[in-house]
Amino acid sequence: MSAQDDLRVQDGASDRDGLIHPEIAKPADESARSQDGRRLDHAEATTKPLSAEPQAARAREPQPRGAKIRGDRPIDQAEAAERFLAAPLHQKAHDERLWDLRKKRDTAAFGIPEWEELRELASQIKAHTLSRLDEYLEQFEAQAKANGVHVHWAADGAAHNRIVHGILKDHGARSLIKSKSMLTEECGFRHYMATTGIEVIETDLGERIQQLDNEEPSHVVVPAVHKTRFDVAAVFAKTMGTDPENDDARYLAESQRMHTRPLILEADAGLTGCNFAIAETGTVVTCTNEGNADLSGNVPKLLIHSIGIEKLIPRIEHLGVFLRLLARSALGSPITQYTSHFRKPRPGTEMHMVLVDNGRSERLGMEEFWTSLKCIRCGACMNTCPVYRRSGGLSYGATYSGPIGLIIDPTFNKRKYSTLPFSSTMNGSCTNVCPVKINIHEQIFAWRKVLAEEHQIPLLKQGMMKAAGQVLSRPAAYRAAIGAADSALRALPRFAVYNPLNTWGKGREMPDVPRQSFHAWYKQNRMGKKNDMGKKDALR
Amino acid sequence: MSARETTLATIRKNRPAGDHPLPEIPLFAPLVGDDLVAEFGERLKRMGGRVADVVPGEDPFASVRERLETAKVIASTVPEITGNRDLARVALPRDLADVDVAVVRAVFGVAETGSVLFTQEQLQVNSVAYLAQHLVVLLDPADILDTIQTAYRRPDFAQASYAVLHTGPSATADIEGVLIHGAQGVRSLTVILLPRNSAEQ
Repeated sequence: MSAQDDLRVQDGASDRDGLIHPEIAKPADESARSQDGRRLDHAEATTKPLSAEPQAARAREPQPRGAKIRGDRPIDQAEAAERFLAAPLHQKAHDERLWDLRKKRDTAAFGIPEWEELRELASQIKAHTLSRLDEYLEQFEAQAKANGVHVHWAADGAAHNRIVHGILKDHGARSLIKSKSMLTEECGFRHYMATTGIEVIETDLGERIQQLDNEEPSHVVVPAVHKTRFDVAAVFAKTMGTDPENDDARYLAESQRMHTRPLILEADAGLTGCNFAIAETGTVVTCTNEGNADLSGNVPKLLIHSIGIEKLIPRIEHLGVFLRLLARSALGSPITQYTSHFRKPRPGTEMHMVLVDNGRSERLGMEEFWTSLKCIRCGACMNTCPVYRRSGGLSYGATYSGPIGLIIDPTFNKRKYSTLPFSSTMNGSCTNVCPVKINIHEQIFAWRKVLAEEHQIPLLKQGMMKAAGQVLSRPAAYRAAIGAADSALRALPRFAVYNPLNTWGKGREMPDVPRQSFHAWYKQNRMGKKNDMGKKDALR
Repeated sequence: MSARETTLATIRKNRPAGDHPLPEIPLFAPLVGDDLVAEFGERLKRMGGRVADVVPGEDPFASVRERLETAKVIASTVPEITGNRDLARVALPRDLADVDVAVVRAVFGVAETGSVLFTQEQLQVNSVAYLAQHLVVLLDPADILDTIQTAYRRPDFAQASYAVLHTGPSATADIEGVLIHGAQGVRSLTVILLPRNSAEQ
């Protein structure tokens, strides 16, 4: 991690060795230990205990809820973020937890000398596959069919839901167990199925928590990361009848295991998402920690895989690149607990694969944005984003949140998600951590231009940007403005940043003003000094 | 037009400009030392798994003997251990929900990650590796590969109906980052480093 990347609130958390969050720290550490007694932090675990002692007798903070959805009206992310910031216990735990994941990612990435080469290879493999996606899809389909798999094509989310519902109806299925899939979230699958009388049971713990609380996942890897253990205890008490006063994570997780297991055993069908689809073999690959995708795939007699068409990669061999990047980027672990390869149905069972477009083939034609289709959903850009960490995934009011969400969501609905590309500090950290080298922050900027040109952004924001643009685009005017450095940075920005019309300034402080601008320093110390000519050349 | 034809036609219309060749994947130098057994064990432990060395002349199952003796239901697919649940006669995968300990042999291990590979051939009934409370894995030390990249150059993945890399037990930290083993699948995974021909000796 570089100092520039660390854009957290500087509250000294990193200096408090031993605890991420001491004011709510518990003395004992519940996390599992290794055979040799060391504390373990694989999967999505923190490197240090994060949270309070079970049954801590103290005021509980209600969970801040996500953005208000009003049809197609633009999401007010700032409003939802404000409510998240007003819940300090949630906000701090969220911020520290995700920053911890980001640091685990750094440690894992720095442990591989060829990391940058792997990112480049992954990016090139994805670019290649997307440039011939039609051919690879046809190859995948042919292989899957040869393997005895039923292949379906869905133009959009509604078609996906109808197809899956149709398969379930044909088999007289009354219940479906599923593992985590952002694609099915994107399709609104659970909401659709609620009207059919077929029960859908999420089997990933985080996703199950969210389902029972009637909330969307807030993060692509850790769906309930915005909730504290107290929130989870309240949800489980209400829906599974657990002890509302017992917020021990082990008790909660074990209760869920016992509660969900009979549902898994009795399920008529299973459904998984797809991390990678291999064209040469027709294989669907899932990467999970809980083993729930394998339960969904290996217990019921009917199995359905929902696959976004951008998940294709040409060959098995390429997994040797992507798998080395995925879990390290997402969790800081060398691999997930389970990496599963589904190719053929088990004897006596049926396997279906649904290839879902839902706007992807159109996105492929967007010159500035098609590379967003390279995304492997690791969540690294979310964990590193200062806006995301401090506002929570649900504040975006969209399936995909954080930096990757800002550039994907507007392709689904330009009006509804028109404000999202402005929820970024443009620090570029998302681009730096992306394992497939998507230029995320540049695409965020490009979306701002597109949305401004198409009049999708509010008038107030347009006016402020125009004024800023006039100063920033003319070096002389900019220098004149900061020439009176003291007055400009001390008086004007305070007004500009902290006036009630600008939500950006809330909860932030301006950096200390340098005594002298770089330009002034350079003019004074370097320009015109003969013995520095060499250095000047070097600077060019 | 069908959804298939529409999607394929839109993709053809929207093919990104420029040349995007498929890169050659170089074989990267292994990041693990020459002692693959030690490297494998160390990484498996960091992923929550357990590893048992076998001392010649002593009970190779010493580390799991207590677990085996207290288990009511043992499902074994290996000749070294005799179980009391015949996987060949299981009617439905869910019938294995009462298995306490499953014993299976891995196709190979991977030192870079501490993973072991199974296919439907080793598992016989795939669900046994998830519904059992505990999983005991036999791995021949000679079957440990250096890297994930090497693993994906093996033919197993393209041939198997179902292939899975297990790296430690089922795990979750979805509640406040607290790590818990046995989220939905097995609560523990123990690898016993035992050569393939050991049952015949």
